[in-house]
Amino acid sequence: MAALTHRPRPGTDPDVGAGPGGPAGNHTQPLKRRAEPYLFVSPVVVLLAALMAVPIVLVLGYSLMDNVITNKNPEFVGLANYVEVLTDPGFATAVRNTLVFTLASVAAHLVLGLAFAMLLNSPYVGRFGLAFFRVVYVLPWLFTVAIIAVLWRLLLDPDGVVNWLLGLVGAPGQIEWLSSPELALPAVTFINIWAGYPFFMISLLAGLQGIPGDLHEAAKVDGAGVLARFRHVTLPQLRPIIISMALLDLIWTSQQFALIWMTTGGGPVDVTEMLSTYTYKLAFSRYEFSLASTSAVLVLVLSMALAFFYVRHQRARD
Amino acid sequence: MASTERTTVTARPAPQRPTPTGRRRAAKAATLVGLVLGALFAGLPILWMLSSSFKTNTEIFQNPPELLTAGFSLDAYVSILTDPTKVRFFVNSYIVAGAVTVLTLLVAVMAAYAFSRFEFRGKSVVNVVIISVQAVPPITLLIPYFGLVVTLKLYNTYPGLILTYMVFTLPYAIIMMTGYFNTLPRELDEAVRVDGAGSWTALWRILVPIAVPGIVSVGIYTFMIAWNEYIFALTLTRTEDMRTVPIGIQLLMGQHSYEWNEMMAMSILGSIPVLVLFVFFQRYFLGGLTSGSVKS
Repeated sequence: MAALTHRPRPGTDPDVGAGPGGPAGNHTQPLKRRAEPYLFVSPVVVLLAALMAVPIVLVLGYSLMDNVITNKNPEFVGLANYVEVLTDPGFATAVRNTLVFTLASVAAHLVLGLAFAMLLNSPYVGRFGLAFFRVVYVLPWLFTVAIIAVLWRLLLDPDGVVNWLLGLVGAPGQIEWLSSPELALPAVTFINIWAGYPFFMISLLAGLQGIPGDLHEAAKVDGAGVLARFRHVTLPQLRPIIISMALLDLIWTSQQFALIWMTTGGGPVDVTEMLSTYTYKLAFSRYEFSLASTSAVLVLVLSMALAFFYVRHQRARD
Repeated sequence: MASTERTTVTARPAPQRPTPTGRRRAAKAATLVGLVLGALFAGLPILWMLSSSFKTNTEIFQNPPELLTAGFSLDAYVSILTDPTKVRFFVNSYIVAGAVTVLTLLVAVMAAYAFSRFEFRGKSVVNVVIISVQAVPPITLLIPYFGLVVTLKLYNTYPGLILTYMVFTLPYAIIMMTGYFNTLPRELDEAVRVDGAGSWTALWRILVPIAVPGIVSVGIYTFMIAWNEYIFALTLTRTEDMRTVPIGIQLLMGQHSYEWNEMMAMSILGSIPVLVLFVFFQRYFLGGLTSGSVKS
């Protein structure tokens, strides 16, 4: 009966803004009938309150205290932690690295995902051939980040097979991909690109298959070439999918932790330090839980700003 | 050659327009080259993982490298599968991911039923909350979870992991499940409800049995998320006997010497559940995943 906290008042019309208006004659339904949907959603509401609302309130509280978890009686310090984190050069570095890593990854995911989806949607290859290539193309996405990190540490080892392949085309040899200050950030970004494009590809492929064939035919009859059809038929049709995928990817990539943690750990020094690894180290290496909470709140604000656009876009589509 | 005359209006004057069949052949060749290059990009690293898992450690770094070596053996697999500590990682992962999947499906099916079949006050608010929960960074939740889990004595236990994982799995599960229910005709379950059987019966007796394909794809996705989770498993467990596969792989890396062949073998073994699920349910899975993003 916990669900009745949202008790619908009998006899009143549904409020404006309570969704797209109930079916006519809603108010003639018995109370039991109208309580039903609340019973069905109550488990998820309870779980999300416990697993989402409570922790967020806690972390906000922690960020305003002087030192939590390690100290039994923390004191309220206002925004002092925010001043400290925001003026920390390490935080600025983490923001910059996260920005580079995220923007490069999302752009490359989109381009690769679209290219592969179009190849897989090609009329020139038989069904079985396409099914084979589709499985191969999805492969990187089926391995967990921890495994991808270990695999690429092996591949990018100075004595590894990537350097051997590059040596065949005249590269200088034992390149230290993950431990050189210049190459570490491009290298982890590349790994992330390799690991993440299939998610775009799958959605874009479904989108391509959903474009009515007569649209292309009509454009062809009007004399549009391949490029023109791509620009004026394919891209506009895929636009809604591209926007949602890009926003989701921005949110997820900016939160990437495991890949960085297991390949470079944020190093060498801080050249691959992301907001996630910066925050994690504050909490679990330096035990500065209040500063870590402050940084975590800032990451949350960033993600929520992106989520705002995502939700607005999703609702506009519905 | 003698095909229909089609005037192609291009921006640039085409000096020598290829014949339609010639152009077709060129496009086909370009597509094939593209497909093969893409397959190498996607598949070679995976192939190397597989190949390294059958090698001895020195063969992995031999120059020039070979895919199949004289020392081909299953030793790396044997040494993982006969080590109780390492087998335990797998057991832990199966327990946690299995429990998360069952619980998530139960909760999500009920919520999705409400979203798909009822209008109620607060629906759009709950809906927006569920969509935005997907965007909450794990790192933000990690610190309060750590505090809560320790306080509730759930630190280093299965329930601690299972509960916290559901915060990631529920939003997708509900969104995908609602999308699937929306594709099923309302008349099916409404008839039963009007007959007085009640919506509980309508859901479990009528809707759920015909929604099996959707439930399977949501279940697979949920299992994958839980199987792959890293940062909570890293922080909310402590002892080796509670570690899951992703952390286990990392522990192998941390040991005195790098046993690359064992790490690769463990990676293969650790990916088998997801690979098997994917291969068997590929159609359901890709369909379910994209149904949310593609409007029919």
